[in-house]
Amino acid sequence: MVETKVKKEQTPRVKMPEQSPEVRRRNFMEVPLGLTPEMAQTEASRCLQCKNPACVEGCPVSVNIPGFINKIVEGDFEGAAITLWQKNALPAVCGRVCPQEIQCEGKCILGKKGTPVAIGYLERFSADYAREKGTVELPKVAPKTGKKVAVIGSGPSGLTVAGDLIVKGHDVTIFEAFHQSGGVLVYGIPEFRLPKAIVASEVSTLEKLGVKIETNSVVGATVTIDELFKEGYDAVYVGVGAGLPRFMNLPGENLIGVFSANEYLTRTNLMKAYLFPEYDTPVARGKNVVVLGAGNVAMDAARTAMRLGAESVKVVYRRSRAEMPARAEELHHAEEEGIEFVLLTNPVQFFGDEKGRLCGMECLKMELGEPDSSGRRRPVAIAGSEYTIECDLAVVSVGAQPNPLLTNATPEITLNKWGNIVAHPVTGKTTKKGVWAGGDIVTGMATVILAMGAGREAANSIHDYLTIGW
Amino acid sequence: MFKIVNREEMAQGTIVLNEIEAPRIARKAKPGQFVILQANEKGERIPLTMADVDPEKGTITIIYMIVGKSTALFGKMRVGEDYFAVIGPLGKATHIEKKGKVVCVGGGTGIAVLHPITRGLKQIGNEVITILGSRNKDLLILEDKMAKVSDTLHICTDDGSRGHHGFVTDVLKDVLEKEDIKLVVAIGPVPMMKFVSKITKEKGVETLVSLNPIMVDGTGMCGGCRVSVGGKTKFACVDGPEFDGHEVDYDELSKRLQAYQSDEKMSMDICKQAEVK
Ligand SMILES: Cc1cc2nc3c(=O)[nH]c(=O)nc-3n(C[C@H](O)[C@H](O)[C@H](O)COP(=O)(O)OP(=O)(O)OC[C@H]3O[C@@H](n4cnc5c(N)ncnc54)[C@H](O)[C@@H]3O)c2cc1C
Ligand code: SF4
Ligand code: FES
Repeated sequence: MVETKVKKEQTPRVKMPEQSPEVRRRNFMEVPLGLTPEMAQTEASRCLQCKNPACVEGCPVSVNIPGFINKIVEGDFEGAAITLWQKNALPAVCGRVCPQEIQCEGKCILGKKGTPVAIGYLERFSADYAREKGTVELPKVAPKTGKKVAVIGSGPSGLTVAGDLIVKGHDVTIFEAFHQSGGVLVYGIPEFRLPKAIVASEVSTLEKLGVKIETNSVVGATVTIDELFKEGYDAVYVGVGAGLPRFMNLPGENLIGVFSANEYLTRTNLMKAYLFPEYDTPVARGKNVVVLGAGNVAMDAARTAMRLGAESVKVVYRRSRAEMPARAEELHHAEEEGIEFVLLTNPVQFFGDEKGRLCGMECLKMELGEPDSSGRRRPVAIAGSEYTIECDLAVVSVGAQPNPLLTNATPEITLNKWGNIVAHPVTGKTTKKGVWAGGDIVTGMATVILAMGAGREAANSIHDYLTIGW
Repeated sequence: MFKIVNREEMAQGTIVLNEIEAPRIARKAKPGQFVILQANEKGERIPLTMADVDPEKGTITIIYMIVGKSTALFGKMRVGEDYFAVIGPLGKATHIEKKGKVVCVGGGTGIAVLHPITRGLKQIGNEVITILGSRNKDLLILEDKMAKVSDTLHICTDDGSRGHHGFVTDVLKDVLEKEDIKLVVAIGPVPMMKFVSKITKEKGVETLVSLNPIMVDGTGMCGGCRVSVGGKTKFACVDGPEFDGHEVDYDELSKRLQAYQSDEKMSMDICKQAEVK
């Protein structure tokens, strides 16, 4: 036993084949290319198959990680995917976008002395294998219950609820404001990180199972929740995300060339402005780009700007490198692609030319002071350190808020002081009878896996309601 | 879904009317609200304020001028064809109230947007004085319909081919001198709304304008539609599209409307070249 442990620690962690930084910084194709079956099996064999697996504790939805990895070792790749699906409806997505380093891989025992098992890569491998082979049968749909469920929003959380409830025999209709389903997975996260064909395939599986999708339906405007109940829906799930951009209220923020990350990414991803003029929607192509913020959204914006032909892209962040909240892999990829991190720097104002177009941004240098309430050292401005960065495009990515459009139209749903829906932490029940909520609209912008996990819990609770009672 | 059931050309084919099947939207829409339309999957999302709705028939009507590639695509669609997407009703409805004497000022396709609002103001018991403007008599739209919902109708043309030779603001000044006006509603090109607001501000007459910035989603999620009103940033799609005319920063709006000028030209040129071939 001791011997095998030593041996497994010595097998190096697999390296994901990737497009080289020089090439990929100018194209929108996916960056990591995926593991071969041989690479996946070698990597899977590093797993110790722990009796009390720490990795599972780190997973927000408790995927049976050693279980699926063992299937890969055995060469049963489809079986691995089936094991994943038991807890995770969207493994091909999560394998690509989960912050594994603070979840499963962050807890993996092998990481204590060396490098953790590449759980994310293996998850992605299994899910891709199953999808590409297309041999895994669709789950069996239970006999029809005659109950109707409306799911509002087609992000990861809404898709999960729809998938779970259709299989349980209920009639499910998704109402989506945009003309395409997928939520942030289609309008926010770029093609080079999450190919849209994967999201489309997940959505089409739901449709094959019988889920109906009404796109172009802004609930709260086109139809209200009460009208849905009148139309015969028995339960409603609200998964509308945290779709409102936050600006910084700086002078000059309305100059042409200053965008919210939401607008910049929606134009590029959902409306396919990177293929302009083949697609009709344009997007500003900056030469010298600044991105404000340091989360996943900021990295996506910065790397998009590079791909749209920028000469320089600077990520401007008021704290230090250690606090940058983006996934480790995104930070690493961004730096490899030539994106500069301008740390401990805070924007103060934007300057424009006579046509109202952005031409510069004034910044102030910061230093780390005393820890704040979150325990992070608070950045404080260094007096007199103002200087100007020349730029013609600025993308503001400093967070998002809940969109009040639906909740304003539904006053019986109680909100917290930030405008997020108050929902039961386990079941997702809101203060309005027959209405559940989950994902970013409840938690504020979080992660795909948490939105999905909330959807799964809510689906169970909705099923109980429809079969037993409130 | 979203089938065109009626199509008319106006102003010598430069302006087109589409009546579109959209039952859910027609059931809810109120004067002043808008929809976002997309001609096909590759198309741009274009906001247009509804000119009319027929809840029983389940249709909405839009009237647009052909100015770029997207409206050119809309204009090519025939009766029986479908829009790829129509989303709405979006934005806040006009607050229609009995005030007394009101003036409705419209220019270009703004007249189409003004019509249901004027009708509402008239129905609730206001005395309505309407002033319509266009470059020449051939470009003037909806004169008959506007006449029906107005107590007095003034027409102005830039070239004098019909009615008053000059701008709507000339007539407006006159009306404001002679009458005790409680409200002015102005909808049309940005410069028109700007100058109307300047005049009414001097006179202290409440003024409503309807803004048309560039939009993407129309639901408050992108901020592309932001306008400065009273020194504060507002999202036209959810906080508007109507605002207090005295508080709007029209110069900023005009500039922001030019954001994609060169891209729009490129798109249009490619479109035209394709037609020539
Ligand atoms: C650019 C970007 C990058 C990200 N990167 C990562 C990452 O790498 N890893 C990670 O884990 N997380 C990431 N996130 C966060 C993650 O995407 C979200 O936490 C997750 O998508 C939330 O899912 P959701 O289902 O709650 O909502 P969303 O995905 O936001 O979906 C909500 C859907 O509801 C629709 N909607 C909104 N209002 C209405 C209405 N009134 N009527 C009908 N439909 C409506 C919206 O159009 C949307 O389609 C990222 C987010 C962004 C923006
Ligand atoms: S903690 Fe690491 S080694 Fe242990 S089961 Fe999980 S992945 Fe395998
Ligand atoms: S159009 Fe996107 S917020 Fe108004």
